[in-house]
Amino acid sequence: MRYAGGYEALSRVSFEVGAGEMVFLTGHSGAGKSTLLKLIMLMERATQGQVLVNGQNLNRLPASQIPLLRRRIGVVFQNHQLLFDRSVYDNVALPLVIEGYHPREAARRVRAALDKVGLLTKEKQNPIVLSGGEQQRVGIARAVVNKPRLLLADEPTGNLDPALSSEIMTLFRQFNDVGVSVMIASHDIDLIRRLKRRVLGLSKGELVHDGELQGAANTENA
Amino acid sequence: MHRNQLRDRWQSYLDHHRFSARDSLKRLLSTPLQSLMTWLVIAVALALPATLFTSLDNLKVIGQRWDGAPQITLFLNQRARPQAVEALQQKLRLRQDVAALEYVSPEQALRQFEMESGMGSALSGLDNNPLPPTLLLTPAAGISAADLGLLGEQLAQLKIVDEVLFDRAWIERLQGILTLGERIALVVGALLALGVVLVIGNTIRLAIENRRDEITIIKLVGGSDAFVRRPFLYTGLWYGLGGGLLALVMVLVLLFSLSGAVASLASSYQSDYSLQGLGFSGSLLLVLTGTLVGWLGAWLAVGRHLGAIEP
Ligand SMILES: Nc1ncnc2c1ncn2[C@@H]1O[C@H](COP(=O)(O)OP(=O)(O)O)[C@@H](O)[C@H]1O
Ligand SMILES: [Mg+2]
Repeated sequence: MRYAGGYEALSRVSFEVGAGEMVFLTGHSGAGKSTLLKLIMLMERATQGQVLVNGQNLNRLPASQIPLLRRRIGVVFQNHQLLFDRSVYDNVALPLVIEGYHPREAARRVRAALDKVGLLTKEKQNPIVLSGGEQQRVGIARAVVNKPRLLLADEPTGNLDPALSSEIMTLFRQFNDVGVSVMIASHDIDLIRRLKRRVLGLSKGELVHDGELQGAANTENA
Repeated sequence: MHRNQLRDRWQSYLDHHRFSARDSLKRLLSTPLQSLMTWLVIAVALALPATLFTSLDNLKVIGQRWDGAPQITLFLNQRARPQAVEALQQKLRLRQDVAALEYVSPEQALRQFEMESGMGSALSGLDNNPLPPTLLLTPAAGISAADLGLLGEQLAQLKIVDEVLFDRAWIERLQGILTLGERIALVVGALLALGVVLVIGNTIRLAIENRRDEITIIKLVGGSDAFVRRPFLYTGLWYGLGGGLLALVMVLVLLFSLSGAVASLASSYQSDYSLQGLGFSGSLLLVLTGTLVGWLGAWLAVGRHLGAIEP
């Protein structure tokens, strides 16, 4: 994957994530973690090689189909990407409004998602008054509200203290437990190590590690 | 179940239309001054061609009223002796291509003019009568345009005749002017419509810029282009509709303020002519044009600027 300026952000990265798997994507800052996630949801297109999601080759996906792809993937963004001109409820409901759910059904799902992340009591508030951890959970609720089969998260614990980080990771594990494939970019090595899942290690745009982290693992230095 | 889902989708599609329509109107009203300015600009741009077309329609009605049998007016030399005038009349009456002839002496003409113009006493102060002796000539029915022209030429060559005036020619000239006027109005209308498109396009561009984050996020969570476009198209629609309605009010106020003056002018010519308004279909056309142009401006702006916002 080469950015427009000519910078090669990812090269010779090849891996497969099975349905229902939970994997971590790790590596120092600038290693290409975000770029990889962007390829999967077509925020960027691969300049070389192929990205397949659910057997579908994204290289050949016409632009008109991109919204449909994104509706099937839940994404938790590094910078939350919440709208501060509307309530927590409306933020979470956005994917359902876009998909055209009946308001009654939408309300049911929004409340279930907010309940899951423990924010049911804050549905009427504006996300701007919430703490960083709470905003992140609003983002998670929005990502899972239409029950995607694949969940991507880019540094979801980036600015959170260890206790909150661990809570968030527990949430992701619970989603994985019910069959959702989860891919999390993170450089919180201690946390990753405790979860004992598959880890993809990136360094300077190349895949340098694939498998569970053992003892004092080697791939990161951030 | 499947059927229900489909119905739900349709329902929520309509809901989103309703929501977009209401939300974009609310946004316009939340900045009333700025919106009013835009509405006024659009209204003026629409009212101008509408007024032009209405004026042309009125002139057309006037033209049609005179569009009867062609008549030729012969102004005779003021120093023509009565015997010469009498001889001319007899000569003309013999012609095949002359159906009727009427002589109006300068005195008669003056009296008629005093009566019709209401300037009687002012004119009676004149030392000598400025009006020439006049012959009103009705050509034979069914005369061809060429023969009519020939008749006119022959009459003009007579020494005693100062000037030959075709009522018909005047009407034709009026109609020519009207056709020209209509073209000009069309061009002016098209240019102003283009102006409205640009004004709305620019306004929508700013609206898109203001909601950049929202657009990005909607696209990130799977909003289709149509979904993203919708509120902005409604914004353009509201601008156009509001502008059209304001333009209608402007034209109606203008016509109303003129109608009194026109009526009294018409009655001074013993005419029951009254100013033609826009009418129902004209009003509808004006408002619809505004709405359509507003929507079009938004559509163009959205096409140009939304594509540039990609997450
Ligand atoms: N839009 C872009 N244009 C050009 N270069 C980019 C762009 N986005 C990221 N990069 C570069 O690609 C590399 C990988 O970036 P990124 O995937 O964000 O890394 P990470 O998420 O692992 O910190 C970095 O060196 C970054 O500077
Ligand atoms: Mg990153």
